[in-house]
Amino acid sequence: MEPQSCVNINKEWDIVGARQLGREMAKKLGFGTVDQARIATAVSELARNIYLYADKGQICFEVIDKRERQGLCMTAVDTGPGISDISKVMEDGYTTSGGLGAGLPGVKRLMDEFDIVSEIEKGTRIKTVKWIR
Amino acid sequence: MRIPILKLHNYLLISIQTEIDDQTAIQFQEDLLDKIHKSGSSGVVIDLTSVEIIDSFIAKVLGDVVSMSDLMGAKVVLTGIQPAVAMTLIDLGIHLQNVPTALDLEQGLVKLHQELGV
Repeated sequence: MEPQSCVNINKEWDIVGARQLGREMAKKLGFGTVDQARIATAVSELARNIYLYADKGQICFEVIDKRERQGLCMTAVDTGPGISDISKVMEDGYTTSGGLGAGLPGVKRLMDEFDIVSEIEKGTRIKTVKWIR
Repeated sequence: MRIPILKLHNYLLISIQTEIDDQTAIQFQEDLLDKIHKSGSSGVVIDLTSVEIIDSFIAKVLGDVVSMSDLMGAKVVLTGIQPAVAMTLIDLGIHLQNVPTALDLEQGLVKLHQELGV
């Protein structure tokens, strides 16, 4: 397995491509079915955010293989408008798109680690990790 | 890609077997409402046994189609939601309250019979 692979998010169908790749990598790494679903769903939410708010971006998957533990790191990067109030988008139920607002707080709950950096008019970078239990 | 909708007596049966993208989901919503209207069906079962992922968008489309069908006078039951999907939905904060569900297609039909009183 390649230690790192990336998918570009430009069109709606890329959301499906990204989540399939995420699930595939999770499966190969030895995640259980529930964690595979969690990872694939988190990818789907991150990819949709890029597609909806930033038009273009990329999601990269990286295998973490340390002596004490293995995991999958996913980084979603876009060059969109950025997020002005991160604490607000991390509130449950907050949405600007009329969706369910499950987005980012949901992703945080699905994954083990979650880190977000955003700069207005430059873009957003979200890094998440799921560890194999 | 279109999701097939089967008619069985007074009911419509749908088994979602493919990976659903946003467009397919929206198309399905329209197709189902149209089919309810044309066939005069009073009950619908959407079986999700083969669905491995439901994200917030797909969940919204499914929840909406239940409410829309309800407005038209048809009851919809979602069946066969996988354990991993149920766990993921709750993690996401999606509870799909007020959406009738059943373990499998068989139980779903029983539920429809009860709700419609036939």
